[in-house]
Amino acid sequence: MNMVQAEELVYEYEKRDDEGNVIGMNRAIDEVDIDVEPGQFVAILGHNGSGKSTLAKHINAILVPTGGVMWVNGRDTRKPEELMSVRQSAGMVFQNPDNQIIGTVVEEDVGFGPENLGVPTDEIWTRVEESLRAVGMIEYRTHSPNKLSGGQKQRVAIAGVIAMTPQCIVLDEPTAMLDPNGRKEVLETVQELRKRKHVTVILITHYMEEVIDADKVYVMDSGHVVMQGTPREIFSQVDELKKYHLDVPQVTMLAEELRKRGLGLPRGILRREELVKYTVDLWKSRKNRDVKM
Amino acid sequence: MIRDITIGQYYPANSLIHRLDPRVKIVCTLIFLVSLFVQNSFLGYMIATVFLAAVIKISKVPLKFIVKGLKAIVILLMFTVVMNLFLTKGGEELVHIGFIRIYENGLRTCVFMAIRLIYLIIGSSLMTLTTTPNMLTDGIEKLLHPLNKIHCPVHEVAMMMSIALRFIPILLEETDKIMKAQIARGADMESGNLIQRTKAMVPILVPLFVSAFRRANDLAMAMEARCYHGGDGRTKMKPLIYRGTDYMAYTVTILYMIAVVVIGHFVAFKLWIF
Amino acid sequence: MAIELKHINYIYSPGTAYEKHALKDINLVIPDGQFMGIIGHTGSGKSTLIQHFNGLIRATSGELNYNGENIYADGYNMKQLRSQVGLVFQYPEHQLFEVDVFTDVCFGPKNQGLSKEECEKRAREALELVGFPEKYYRQSPFELSGGQKRRAAIAGVLAMQPQVLILDEPTAGLDPKGRDEILDQIAHLHERTGMTVILVSHSMEDIAKYVDRILVMNHGEKMLEGIPKEVFAYYRELEQVGLAAPQVTYIMHDLKEEGLTVNTDATTIEEAAEEIMRSFHD
Repeated sequence: MNMVQAEELVYEYEKRDDEGNVIGMNRAIDEVDIDVEPGQFVAILGHNGSGKSTLAKHINAILVPTGGVMWVNGRDTRKPEELMSVRQSAGMVFQNPDNQIIGTVVEEDVGFGPENLGVPTDEIWTRVEESLRAVGMIEYRTHSPNKLSGGQKQRVAIAGVIAMTPQCIVLDEPTAMLDPNGRKEVLETVQELRKRKHVTVILITHYMEEVIDADKVYVMDSGHVVMQGTPREIFSQVDELKKYHLDVPQVTMLAEELRKRGLGLPRGILRREELVKYTVDLWKSRKNRDVKM
Repeated sequence: MIRDITIGQYYPANSLIHRLDPRVKIVCTLIFLVSLFVQNSFLGYMIATVFLAAVIKISKVPLKFIVKGLKAIVILLMFTVVMNLFLTKGGEELVHIGFIRIYENGLRTCVFMAIRLIYLIIGSSLMTLTTTPNMLTDGIEKLLHPLNKIHCPVHEVAMMMSIALRFIPILLEETDKIMKAQIARGADMESGNLIQRTKAMVPILVPLFVSAFRRANDLAMAMEARCYHGGDGRTKMKPLIYRGTDYMAYTVTILYMIAVVVIGHFVAFKLWIF
Repeated sequence: MAIELKHINYIYSPGTAYEKHALKDINLVIPDGQFMGIIGHTGSGKSTLIQHFNGLIRATSGELNYNGENIYADGYNMKQLRSQVGLVFQYPEHQLFEVDVFTDVCFGPKNQGLSKEECEKRAREALELVGFPEKYYRQSPFELSGGQKRRAAIAGVLAMQPQVLILDEPTAGLDPKGRDEILDQIAHLHERTGMTVILVSHSMEDIAKYVDRILVMNHGEKMLEGIPKEVFAYYRELEQVGLAAPQVTYIMHDLKEEGLTVNTDATTIEEAAEEIMRSFHD
């Protein structure tokens, strides 16, 4: 069974004029198929307004499809009686760190989800402690969230989701408002969780560097899935990505520039070490050839 | 100026008073406030003073910190004292200079009013100084719980209060940022008459409201995503449970109340006019 | 000589528990027409620093001269300074408030006391400079896309026709295309008008690509200052304070270690590609 599966998912909303009369329908998501297996790390890329955030909100049943089906952990998100278990199994972390922390003390915020689920008091405390340890924020448990850095706030938000023991975490541009250090902090935390708790991770982002470790990448544009594949397959298509207002990682970009200038590098180089290795190999073989001649 | 107001501020310390159940603190504070108004005898106020002093001592909140809170009401205090002193008639005439006449009753009421006001402020700031806003909200929620039966959304109101507490500092910071940005665009907020100044607030208030709504929207979504569905079926991470010390605090406060009323009314003790 | 800082110190809430020495003895000259980048981790003092440039924050001690005049002197016209040194805050679209974009952009010039015609002329010019499409002039600023809102907000500052434009992370939260467009627009603006531009950014790649000179701030102090190549040569020191050099700088260093005869001072992709190709043809 797939963790998350969208079948011909459609989301439409009413378009209104200035007086509030309905003048038509807007399709934010248009017949999208997506499947995520348990334990996978899946990334969804797309420019602002491509529909990627709308799709993410379907996984948590904040939005329900107007056409097609969204299955989360084998449950149909349209059924009201499944709502709580859908939200419990697919936790969500949002973009703005300030606007998703509810508690005035770190530990109370992490306890908010379990409280809503009706978890007994003693177990809430164990879960809060475990979750805060998992994101490395245990020493801040009695602090006010207002005094934390952006990266730390996001880690608290992740702990808040973990405390609900989800099988899947959806991160909707969790690093868009952070500085490079905060970004690194959050991504490392997510990877650590993946390793230790084997949770499925769905990362929505427009930072290309963040998705090179993904098992699968979906690229969205105007409500459609326009590309899908491994990061290597996706980033081999530099021109195609540009068409969808996206970028490629700096390393891939440099490799591409070198290819254009006639260097025989393979397509879709993602990591610094790879680029260095291929370039050095080429350089050595050329030197050897020069020597032989 | 705003920094001087200690009402509503929390003073972190580890004391018996800090550890009391918030419900106890709310109820006892109310009893104390009532005790100030049900009697007006010298002895009654003596007992109140001793009681208050003892609580301050146990709470480990420095007296200096509490007194600072009174600065905010100095003007109100002066006004009350002066009005009572000069306008209350009755009893023996004590002073008579020109049109100023001070009577026995005037002096009496003004002194008592001053004491009442000062103790009222000290008493209630002591409650907020020793209770985190969150605990206070929890206490109010639990105390008002019976109102649920008449369909009062007690849980929702308490939740709103605690969210407000969380967002006040964020919105204050935001106001400061927007203000600076508009000043950078040449907005003038210091000069002009009242109407001009009010108009100058528009470029600050509109973005502030827009931002508050955006935040509210985001927060509602985040709460929903974390399975929030109102107060039903919700457990508490920090449930309020009465312990031995809490019952003791209730007993002491009730004994104090009885003492004030009984002694204040029935024991004849007069010190000059008081 | 434009902006000149002499021994600027700034202490935040002095005498309280929150006291913080936010800027320590900053000496700096920003010549007319320069495109300068400021980098530093969050809390390094860069935001405090740029608010000194237009007098929004007054230094605790030190002297700040704008065009040779001490702005802390009695009777100095702060309002005029603020219209000559335009400051675009982070997420500037959060300050939009008027019913439509055009009126909002007019707010700055209106505060300068200009006539209605002049205000509108300047607003039009500013919106054109940032490449804001004319069909949206009469739209409510709250209905625009993120990138367009940001342009409108930047135009709001440009309409005051400043001689210096300071931008605090103008690309925060934008997607790759929005980011490139805004930065290209700013670079274009700098070329066309010759105004001084000060760019605060977290992206070393962006800084390397656009600016003439870099200032690195750390714990309220000036840590490094120089042209990008000079500054990024200290990539190890930058890492120690939570910063980094552009990715390509690291690749060049790796290649050199492996024996390639490359110069390691390339900071942009173009430069790096050229340099690697050159080493192959040696």
